[in-house]
Amino acid sequence: MKRLLLIWRKSLNVVMLTLTGVAAFGVVCVLFLILGYLVWNGGKSLNFDFFTQLPKPVGEVGGGMANAIVGSLKLLFLAALFGLPVGLMAGVYLAEFGGKTFAYVIRYTVDLLNGVPSIVIGIFAYSLAVLPVKHFSALAGGVALGIMVIPITVRSTEEFLRAVPGSLREAAMALGASKWRTIATVVLPAARAGIITGVLLALARVAGETAPLLFTAFSNRFWSPGWGQPIASLPVMIYTYAIAPYDDWHRQAWAAGLVLLALVLIANVGTRIVLSRGGGGRSA
Amino acid sequence: MDGAAPPEAGPRALIDSLRHGDEIAHIITLTFAAGILLITSLLVYELWVNSHLSRAKFGWGFFWTRVWDPNFDNFGAAPFIYGTLVTSIVSLAIAVPLGLAAAIFLSELAPRKLSDTISFLIDLLAAVPSVIYGLLGIFIVVPLMRTTIGPMLIGSLGHVPIIGQFFKGPNYGVGFLTAGIVLAIMVVPFIISVSREVLLTVPREQREAALSLGATRWEATWKVVVPWARSGILGSVFLALARALGETMAVTMVIGNDPKIAASLFAPGYTIAAVIANEFTEATGDLYLSALIELGLVLFLLTFILNGLARLLIIATERGGGHPS
Amino acid sequence: MRKMLVVLSLLLAAASTAGAQSNPLLLNAAGATFPYPIYSKWFDVYHTAHPNIQINYQSIGSGGGIRQLLAGTVDFGASDGPMSDDQLAQSKVKILHFPTVLGAVIPTYNVPGVSTGLNFTQKAIAGIYLGTITKWNDPEIANANKGVTLPNTDIVVVHRSDGSGTSYIFTDFLSKVSDDWKNKVGKGTSVNWPVGLGGKGNEGVSGLVKQTPNSIGYVELIYAVQNDIPYGKVQNAAGKFVKADLAGVTAAASSAAKDMPDDFRVSITNAPGATVYPISSFTWLLIPAQIPDAGKRDAIKDFLKWMLVDGQKYNEGLSYAQLPKIVIGKESKAIALIQ
Repeated sequence: MKRLLLIWRKSLNVVMLTLTGVAAFGVVCVLFLILGYLVWNGGKSLNFDFFTQLPKPVGEVGGGMANAIVGSLKLLFLAALFGLPVGLMAGVYLAEFGGKTFAYVIRYTVDLLNGVPSIVIGIFAYSLAVLPVKHFSALAGGVALGIMVIPITVRSTEEFLRAVPGSLREAAMALGASKWRTIATVVLPAARAGIITGVLLALARVAGETAPLLFTAFSNRFWSPGWGQPIASLPVMIYTYAIAPYDDWHRQAWAAGLVLLALVLIANVGTRIVLSRGGGGRSA
Repeated sequence: MDGAAPPEAGPRALIDSLRHGDEIAHIITLTFAAGILLITSLLVYELWVNSHLSRAKFGWGFFWTRVWDPNFDNFGAAPFIYGTLVTSIVSLAIAVPLGLAAAIFLSELAPRKLSDTISFLIDLLAAVPSVIYGLLGIFIVVPLMRTTIGPMLIGSLGHVPIIGQFFKGPNYGVGFLTAGIVLAIMVVPFIISVSREVLLTVPREQREAALSLGATRWEATWKVVVPWARSGILGSVFLALARALGETMAVTMVIGNDPKIAASLFAPGYTIAAVIANEFTEATGDLYLSALIELGLVLFLLTFILNGLARLLIIATERGGGHPS
Repeated sequence: MRKMLVVLSLLLAAASTAGAQSNPLLLNAAGATFPYPIYSKWFDVYHTAHPNIQINYQSIGSGGGIRQLLAGTVDFGASDGPMSDDQLAQSKVKILHFPTVLGAVIPTYNVPGVSTGLNFTQKAIAGIYLGTITKWNDPEIANANKGVTLPNTDIVVVHRSDGSGTSYIFTDFLSKVSDDWKNKVGKGTSVNWPVGLGGKGNEGVSGLVKQTPNSIGYVELIYAVQNDIPYGKVQNAAGKFVKADLAGVTAAASSAAKDMPDDFRVSITNAPGATVYPISSFTWLLIPAQIPDAGKRDAIKDFLKWMLVDGQKYNEGLSYAQLPKIVIGKESKAIALIQ
């Protein structure tokens, strides 16, 4: 009897452990499936026109997404402009200056902001940056994305600053440097690699956001000069084209999806490699 | 650069002026940090104020009114809350076993290097933008659901008492189940990542004690290690749930966009995030817009509570480990 | 580091001026998806003829067009459902309706095995969308289509998930032919649909129908034509089954044209006449009567003039009917009202 129980336990052991392995590899397979699909469908549709042409009138075959690619880049720039300074400075505050309670409140708020669904941030940016001036604009889209950049940046900045060994700081201060001097000339450069990767990851994250752009940046069939006009972006174009019936639009949606995913993955993979090589500190 | 006192001779003045620079740095960084507080408060304030019309008119009834009728200005959140919850629960039902199993593999069985590599690849899944999941959802999952998975499930489970209710009826390809599946893939990386980390913090002694008592590897894991990390794992589930609740694009592309409450998982539905995305730019009428914003407020509160709970649970595990059951 | 910054700022300068002409005039518009194919054609052709005028039109649905116009975030809007008196009252500025084209809303379907055009009685369409007719081989449908084998499958109903003028036209028709519909659901750009899946825009509905077997949806004619999806004939007020085409739509407009009200808001669904296609409609551009910016004002007025003469030439190529001459004449005079 005891023998049977032992056999049961042993076989259960093997089965369950195998299942866990299957699960892990299964999830990884999904990743490769996604990549494979995008490369296959998107690769077929990528051509020179895609990168250089404007969209054609509805129903006509051809055209491209040049304005959406530039649009996404401009929006990313704005997001960086609005969100990075806030994120970096707040991260420095939390790591170097923060007291007990106030720092706790800030951290909690940052986590809160991080968890806000992007569509709700879109509503906020609409009331903040679209209604008062009465038009959709790249700026409004930048505001929405900028708000989303802040929490990620704060977290990684704080983390990498904290990872700088205390001995470095003490050495600088022993040499007579004031606190802010120490931070500016010793601590920040030491954490530079980590902070930059945090920034890149934050930007990669918002590059793919669609929902907050739907009612801030809106979209544009043409080029969007300056910063005060509606602007096309890759994610919004993918959405618009994917739900439509035109096969040519589907083709372009795949291509755009591939471009977007490639950018996001390159940023993610690249930063990890950089981090594991030299930056030191824990991986994000 | 340090302003204030001109550099007189003497160490005292020098120290003073240096500290002054510190003060400025302190104030500047503090201001930015406070700015985050300001932004977040402003966000909550705007949500509250702009949903005033709807809150005043419908009161608490908003939560259980099933009608969403823009034509007659009658709005209720029930179908959307239902859809949001159902899709999230379905996604967790798939993602939690899958994620936990994978996390166990990565923390207990896989050699460190393999574990790190696989972990890294799984984290990449989390980086894939939502709209791309939607794209894949429309062209791969939906047809698959309609032609293969749906009929299979309806055939096998449709007649089972009680459970059968969930697997009945016309199968369009889009619907709660499809959205749940897509969401599951989107949140599983969170469960895996956090659970793995939390499992890794379980002290070695626990495992070794169990094994020395004659437990198999699996038994040691399932009966000792996992319970120890229970709170953290639960935290990862809440994190995943919070993420699933707020997902917009992938869901609206595969859920069918029908504000109805239906038992069948194959029926089309609607979530809070999806209806806001679809109807915000065209809500003619202030009450309509206000109702949508009130939905946004509800969503915000839900994710707020869940994230808070998740945080507490994860911290609890990392601090002192689980409770020996 | 410095080099990177220099390169970055150069790229930015290039980006922010990319595509800009010298002093381009940028107009933003939004609204109906019903006429989107012809509008995007028009704006493209107009831009080629006037390179420094760019009209960016986003098809977010008629509801969206009305909303954004009222909010003031676009220069003009577009809708297939005329603005109601309530909505007009909400606007600070008077809004003028300018009909642009005539179009048809057709029932498009995806029934495996059926490649011919199906006939739909008025009761059939109402019943399908009310949810009282649930199978393709229901007698109401079968009796009108003797000789066609209809499968015994559930009908997948598709409607609009967004605020839609196409929905307005469709529900306006349904309200006229079915008292049940009129009392239970009513007409509007967004209604409480008894059954069905929601697709976003005409594009979304035709996309869903194309991909979902046993489905039926209502879309503007061109979307079915461009995507090669079959559509059926609808029974008109005279009892005849008419397939949507330019003649049927023009016939629907002809009687209304003579009695066109000054504000151009008129419904031509279920119009009397044997050759009339019953689900026809005008579609309108919604233009504010006062436009403070002189450049924009002149551009819009010029576009309207162009649209009434040259623009109309593109209609039929995209399956929209041209405006009746009487209406064109009336509109040309109305352009002067834009100050």
